[in-house]
Amino acid sequence: MAKIRIPQNKVEELRQICKSFNYDKNELINVLHSAQKLFGYLPAEVQELVAQELNVPLAKVYGVVSFYSFFDMVPKGKYPVSICLGTACYVRGAEKVLAEFKKHIGINVGETSADGKFSISCLRCVGACGLAPVVTIGERVYGRVAPDDVQKILKDYY
Amino acid sequence: MTKVSLTIDNRKVETDKESTILQAARLIGVNIPTLCYMKLDDLNFENKPGGCRICVVEVEGAKNLMPACKTECRDGMVVHTHSVRVVNARRTVLELILSDHPAECLICARSGDCDLQSLAQQLGIREIHYQGEQSHYKSDQSPAIIREMDKCIMCRRCETICNDVQTVGTLSAINRGFRAVVATPFETDLDHSSCTYCGQCVAVCPTGALTEKDYTRKVIEAIVDPSKTVVVQTAPAVRAALGESFGMSPGTLVTGKMVAALKKLGFDYVFDTDFAADLTIMEEGAEILDRLTRYFDGDSNVKLPILTSCCPGWVNFLEYHFPEMKDIPSTAKSPQQMFGAIAKSYLAQKIGVAREDLFVVSVMPCLAKKYECTREEFFINGDPDVDVSISTRELAHLIRNANLHFEGLTDEEFDHPMGESTGASVIFGTTGGVIEAAVRSAYELFTKKELKKVDFEELRGMEGIRKAEVDFDGVLLKVGIAHGLGNARKLLEEIKSGESDFHAIEIMACPGGCIGGGGQPYHHGNVEILKKRQKAIYKEDKGKAIRKSHENPYIQQLYREFLGEPLSHKAHKLLHTCYFDRKKKIEF
Repeated sequence: MAKIRIPQNKVEELRQICKSFNYDKNELINVLHSAQKLFGYLPAEVQELVAQELNVPLAKVYGVVSFYSFFDMVPKGKYPVSICLGTACYVRGAEKVLAEFKKHIGINVGETSADGKFSISCLRCVGACGLAPVVTIGERVYGRVAPDDVQKILKDYY
Repeated sequence: MTKVSLTIDNRKVETDKESTILQAARLIGVNIPTLCYMKLDDLNFENKPGGCRICVVEVEGAKNLMPACKTECRDGMVVHTHSVRVVNARRTVLELILSDHPAECLICARSGDCDLQSLAQQLGIREIHYQGEQSHYKSDQSPAIIREMDKCIMCRRCETICNDVQTVGTLSAINRGFRAVVATPFETDLDHSSCTYCGQCVAVCPTGALTEKDYTRKVIEAIVDPSKTVVVQTAPAVRAALGESFGMSPGTLVTGKMVAALKKLGFDYVFDTDFAADLTIMEEGAEILDRLTRYFDGDSNVKLPILTSCCPGWVNFLEYHFPEMKDIPSTAKSPQQMFGAIAKSYLAQKIGVAREDLFVVSVMPCLAKKYECTREEFFINGDPDVDVSISTRELAHLIRNANLHFEGLTDEEFDHPMGESTGASVIFGTTGGVIEAAVRSAYELFTKKELKKVDFEELRGMEGIRKAEVDFDGVLLKVGIAHGLGNARKLLEEIKSGESDFHAIEIMACPGGCIGGGGQPYHHGNVEILKKRQKAIYKEDKGKAIRKSHENPYIQQLYREFLGEPLSHKAHKLLHTCYFDRKKKIEF
């Protein structure tokens, strides 16, 4: 993994986050949540620092980060696209919608486009099954998305 | 403790309330099969994620089958361990595990000694009814340990021992669902992780996912090469365990048969690492005495406690996790490396063989030794002091490969001059042994009096951390002993915080010391085997004519003819080393 330089002030902020949780090992997931909010993602260096501050093996930290789909190890795009693959969305064709997004943006799930604009991830249920299939881009929610709508939706972001 | 009474397979059993169905069943001789579960009594190791579901049993009144390893006994419980429902479920579970396991048993390093294979035999699996995707991972080849994660069944024993017992923290389960696997942080190979190569993950792995790197081919090639003079050394703990590989009962000493086998294998000289262990005591003992004498004389610059340095797994641990303390251990090389250094100088001269034509093989209970002999500081002009290190298990393979009937071999003696050893060196193979050996010699050198009673019972045992005071004729020597790296960490934290008042500490990476090494025949979770090996080691010590290292006549001869005296310039050059800071630095 390529070394990424993290700004010194953010390192200090991360240390403060760990301190605010009293360096409690049991708060690992919450610390990682806060860290991801701070950096937008969890590069190796951030995980190493968290491991050191909380005195948890780095392997455990990486185990947790790789387990939960919420945590990312690559920076998300400016407009993170999330396609719901929960049961309701799935049976109403979410997979075809996902395929369209992949085709138009030109990346796979978990990747970020070269210009840093888009990233694609999948999630399980946003609690709006009546609107299935559901797609979110940033904070915005799109309901009843058909594969043909995808190009039009993306236009707003170019 | 509250007692409860339950019925297992129509038989009444009374047990403690806290015990599990698995434990209760064992009390009446019902062995419920397990796979992920493993418990090592006294060693603080219990792996029961309840994940594999092989140990499921039927509990009357309960809707689902229950994992016996995790379900606590209740009064009046009625349990069936082999009802049709249980047997069918167990078979289904195992077939599902096998459906994502490579069917490579014929050529697998664990074949014939594999928990998964034995279980498939026990349950009589003759067909796998499920076909699906198979996991594929890149094979990880380090100098000591090989990881073939295609064969991993996610029992997580390795993760438990690496984190909870050894506190090394290299392995953890990552990802989820079908992609879940045990890996290092960021999935680097072991060579680029904080792995100490202690090999305990290999010792508890139920399958061929974790094995040692096999160097037996290199040994055979050297033996048949007419230009090479091939010398072999055997570590103390090997003789107390090798017999197990040939069906002999644990704790059987096979020193003489092992020597005979090595001679038949074609080694030119069969020597003993114990000789080098005696040498280690000469150097390490002199260092302890030097530091102690200066300390008692009021020198405040003396680094105390002094830590033993025989165990390469422990040395790796220090370099990765406590590099700020790297000037505390003795600078004495491990016996393996001392042997190599002396073999390729003193012995080469004595038998008139050029250094590069001498090939040194070590047989070790250890996997970290494989890494140790590849360390740059143990090379001279590209030539290693020890060429190849093989484990006890690999030696067993070599013996079988050479069509030898091990049990029937007639005992033979080690060659001279590097085959003579004392009782003090034999006990290097168990926790507490190195420090006892050091005390036997240091006592006499410090007090200038003869040590009448050479057995120091207070230093022996299986407790993870032991503390003792040894009376050096009025001066109390405070001694600490730790085995298992988690226990070592506790003692190191004490030193760091200034709480420790020890003068000398022995540390061994593996639970039990070398007898429980990662290269020994598999114990399959039976700690009694380790205890029997320990007994055998002390028996060998008792049977030796000489039991103090400094009285070994061949060691005395070595100093007379070659080294001068302990800590001499030549001794320093050949027998001492230094340690490095290998802690992963976070770069920002």
